[in-house]
Amino acid sequence: MKQLNSILEGIGSAVLLTVRSFTMLPAAPRIIRRVVEQAFIGGYTSLPIVSILSFFIGGVLALQAGISMQSIGTKELIGTLVGESLVRELGPMIVAILVAGRVGSAITAELASMRVYNEVDALVTMNIPPERFLVLPRLIAVLLFMPVLTMIGIVVGWIGGCVVCKFVSFIDLAPEQYFQSLRAYLTAEHMFDGLLKAEIFGFCVVLIACTIGLRTSGGPREIGNSVTRSVVTSLITIIVLDFVLTKILA
Amino acid sequence: MKKSTAARERQDRNPVPVEVAGLSKNYGSQTVLTDISLSIKPNEIFVIMGPSGSGKSVLLRQIAGLETPTAGTVRIAGLDPANPETRARFALALVFQSGALFNSLSVYENLALYPLEHRLCPKRHIRDRVMRALQILSLEAAAQKFPSELSGGMKKRVAIARALVMEPQLILYDEPTSELDPVMSATIGEIIATLKQEFQVTSIVVSHDRDLTLTIADRVAILMQGKLLTVCTPAELRETKDPAIADFLNPQIDLKNPRYKQLEVTT
Repeated sequence: MKQLNSILEGIGSAVLLTVRSFTMLPAAPRIIRRVVEQAFIGGYTSLPIVSILSFFIGGVLALQAGISMQSIGTKELIGTLVGESLVRELGPMIVAILVAGRVGSAITAELASMRVYNEVDALVTMNIPPERFLVLPRLIAVLLFMPVLTMIGIVVGWIGGCVVCKFVSFIDLAPEQYFQSLRAYLTAEHMFDGLLKAEIFGFCVVLIACTIGLRTSGGPREIGNSVTRSVVTSLITIIVLDFVLTKILA
Repeated sequence: MKKSTAARERQDRNPVPVEVAGLSKNYGSQTVLTDISLSIKPNEIFVIMGPSGSGKSVLLRQIAGLETPTAGTVRIAGLDPANPETRARFALALVFQSGALFNSLSVYENLALYPLEHRLCPKRHIRDRVMRALQILSLEAAAQKFPSELSGGMKKRVAIARALVMEPQLILYDEPTSELDPVMSATIGEIIATLKQEFQVTSIVVSHDRDLTLTIADRVAILMQGKLLTVCTPAELRETKDPAIADFLNPQIDLKNPRYKQLEVTT
């Protein structure tokens, strides 16, 4: 019962934080610099790790598909399988998981430490709403960088799959064939679904990170606990949301 | 001391009175403050004194509007401090015990944040305002440093400078001399008194520093175990006959106290 209360309280706080933050939207021109800064921290600096991970995810997908599909004579369709899997499922999810671990944890740690060391209270006494100063720039930033990061991740994943198809001897699929089958079944709607998922995942990750960070109380030990809670909650939310969104978008 | 430009600019902004009426604060079943009533006059240095754990900082947080009292009210010039509109109308600054400086910002950026966020004046004027505050607190050399590069005393002075940039009508100080050496404590005391004279600001200081209190206070409130024992002037406080207050102000070190026998046995 106590845990259910705490979950409902958390959801309530997140909803309130979203509403309060977006009522500050008229002040958006004032926070452009911070939005750009957050987009750089969250998006640009995540690019290398997203690229590396996506490349190998694409490669592993092609390899696994190659083993089965080569034996039943359908290896020409590996491009379709890798392409669709990355666009509709793995691309948005991998990027969201990375953002939860890398960006979400950093946001929670920063806001929790600001809370513990009275910096948030200092903002309040200066009549600077924390929602405008701390939350809104991060929410806007994630909405900006998430589709870009996901798109890059997907394309790099495709390339990873292509490299494996070309250079693994028992698959030996030409890049032209790979990309031809990739294009054959992939539609703009699939791409839209994938990017929509990425936007929703990213938004939820940052919202969870901000909510938990700003709700932190107690000493420095609580900062670590909040970070753990933020990452775990984000991961669970991503998986549950993925199921719900896949069902809705199917 | 010659009045600065800032003081002249602020002459139309009067210091504000603070009224605390029947304030109580509980955290769960724990009562921290019981029925506190105070009336703080404009341009007064009002010190709230008491031993550690007596609820001084909690009272300050209620006055700053950072927490809601369980019972009773706080009014700054008749308005609720928790309401953002009150904060927009009266500049209220709180100097936290830890300084609460923004670690990701330089000293200059910490000070410039308030006028920048509220678009109080053009950037050039903000620079003048920040540099003036840094000059008053002898911190010009630290402008580009980050809080992690500052000593405890410097952090406190930066926190006061940040409050000064706000040109507040009410400054709340939470333990401004804790963790400081006697020389730095005296300097902070001088700064608080100077700000009152020069900038016409109501000051509420929470402290358990007896010397600071007796030197700078116009009036003193003694808080013990969440209850207000007395409100008096420093002169009246020196003459107090109340044994609890006298013990607090002039503690005796008794090395023959039976409590310490236990230490001898265990060591």
